Amino acid sequence: MGGKLFKNFSFFSATLSFFILVGIFSILFIYAQDSIHEFGFHFLGSEVWEADEDDAELGVFGGYIPLLGTMLSTIIAMVIATPLAIGIAIFLTEIAHKSLIKPVSIAIELLAAIPSIIYGMWGLFYFAPIIQSTFGGNGVGLLTAGIVLAIMIIPFMAAITRDSMNTVPDVLKESAYAMGATKFEVIKDVIMPYAKGGIIGSIILALGRALGETMAVAFLIGSVMQLPSKITDATTSIPVLLANNFSEAEGLEMSSMYYLALILFVVSFAIISIAKFYFLGKKVK
Amino acid sequence: MNRLLLNKIILVLSTLSAVIGISFLFWILATLTYKGVSSLHLSTFTQDLVNGGIRNLLVGQFTMALIASAIAVPIGMFAGIWLREYSNQNKLASVIRNLSDVMMSAPSIVIGVFVYALFVAPFGNYNGFAGVIALTIMMIPIIISTTDNMLALVPKELREAGIALGGSKHTIIVQIIIKAAKVGITTGVLLSFARIIGETAPLLFTSANNQFFTMDLTGQFPSLTVSIYNLATYPDEESRQLAWAASFVLTAIVLIINLTGRYMTRNKK
Repeated sequence: MGGKLFKNFSFFSATLSFFILVGIFSILFIYAQDSIHEFGFHFLGSEVWEADEDDAELGVFGGYIPLLGTMLSTIIAMVIATPLAIGIAIFLTEIAHKSLIKPVSIAIELLAAIPSIIYGMWGLFYFAPIIQSTFGGNGVGLLTAGIVLAIMIIPFMAAITRDSMNTVPDVLKESAYAMGATKFEVIKDVIMPYAKGGIIGSIILALGRALGETMAVAFLIGSVMQLPSKITDATTSIPVLLANNFSEAEGLEMSSMYYLALILFVVSFAIISIAKFYFLGKKVK
Repeated sequence: MNRLLLNKIILVLSTLSAVIGISFLFWILATLTYKGVSSLHLSTFTQDLVNGGIRNLLVGQFTMALIASAIAVPIGMFAGIWLREYSNQNKLASVIRNLSDVMMSAPSIVIGVFVYALFVAPFGNYNGFAGVIALTIMMIPIIISTTDNMLALVPKELREAGIALGGSKHTIIVQIIIKAAKVGITTGVLLSFARIIGETAPLLFTSANNQFFTMDLTGQFPSLTVSIYNLATYPDEESRQLAWAASFVLTAIVLIINLTGRYMTRNKK
């Protein structure tokens, strides 16, 4: 009797994540209906975001600026984070002395544990002024947001890359060394090809994370609805627009916000799935 | 000589990457400590936000995170148990495992939007329950994956020994398997708690924030993280100082819980 109940409850719990995901998709889709009907796919290419002052059901809304801002800040972050994360993974697996591996790993993992709002605060008051004096601009903008995003995703990327580099059998590396290969050649010709899937997977997962990151970017991207013309220009991103304006929006503007949330959700769903299925493999032991 | 030089360059660059990563950690922690400690007073902990303190915010943030854990931990553990002990690793199990992984990486702001639509909009006001639900949704997939992975490490022989003693399936799970995986699961719970206690995005328009001390989850609920976001953007120096003090306290809490979790598993090995 108790056994049956136990089993049924565990089954129910297991299926819950399926229902939550379906629920998120359906709710966003339903609430975005007005905007989807009104703007369709043109929403993606239109840069106008103007509410009608008299009627909440009117107005013109397009998601191009936040979409572009999301993509550009993510690209900047990826360009900076990828080499650094791979460098850290190489350091941890191939270079560091045994006594250094643990403290360095813990330090990098603590960097991942710091809440994103802290990155935002620190970035705004300490990092933005440096960017301003080096590259000009207002301090806040795409570049600042991208760099701080990079710092946030590095630990995550480095950890997965390190794990997949650790799976390379020692025999393979030793035979390359025996042939007179240098460390770099072993990394380039033995480790990289072997761990390629895991490394690409970690890059894509980090990409998904950067796309959806809200708080740090909210402090740093400038949060203005304008097209950036330089890398230091302020703009906005989907999560930031949602964080700042979602709760005050009404009518069609609200529906357009749900549309943006739906786009973000679907894109990150797709990215994470690709990373999991094609590169990281199904980790069923 | 070229390849030896190239080798040197790459090794130096890799080491440099690690140095850069660690420098950022220390830079952030140093600023936080410097700004935070100088803004901290005893009254910071005894007063509520309305009087320039963070007492109600700390209590509010912990209340929401603890209730969320009380819901997410059992659900996540049962789900993990089903995946590992009951599913026979069938197709459904691998679908659920993958969906839960996807859910773990879903943007937290989207979860906030979802919870807003279901639990805020219909009632017309922000409420602590909505905040709790948003945090619960964030936590469940982490607990599922921890439980799943930790149960996988329990040797088959333990299960067989249980069967040989005539235990029923669920008694074996509760009394043998969960006990064997206890430390790992506890660590996972601590790490995920450390993660959700620092979350801001899912709370922005669910619990929102409250300047006053309250335990009423049906109304706007005080949140430490949402307050930091608000305070940091106010122009006056006093608000900023309070934001730094709150950030310092939050980071200290998160890192201490995180390190405690790691320390536990290290002792075991």
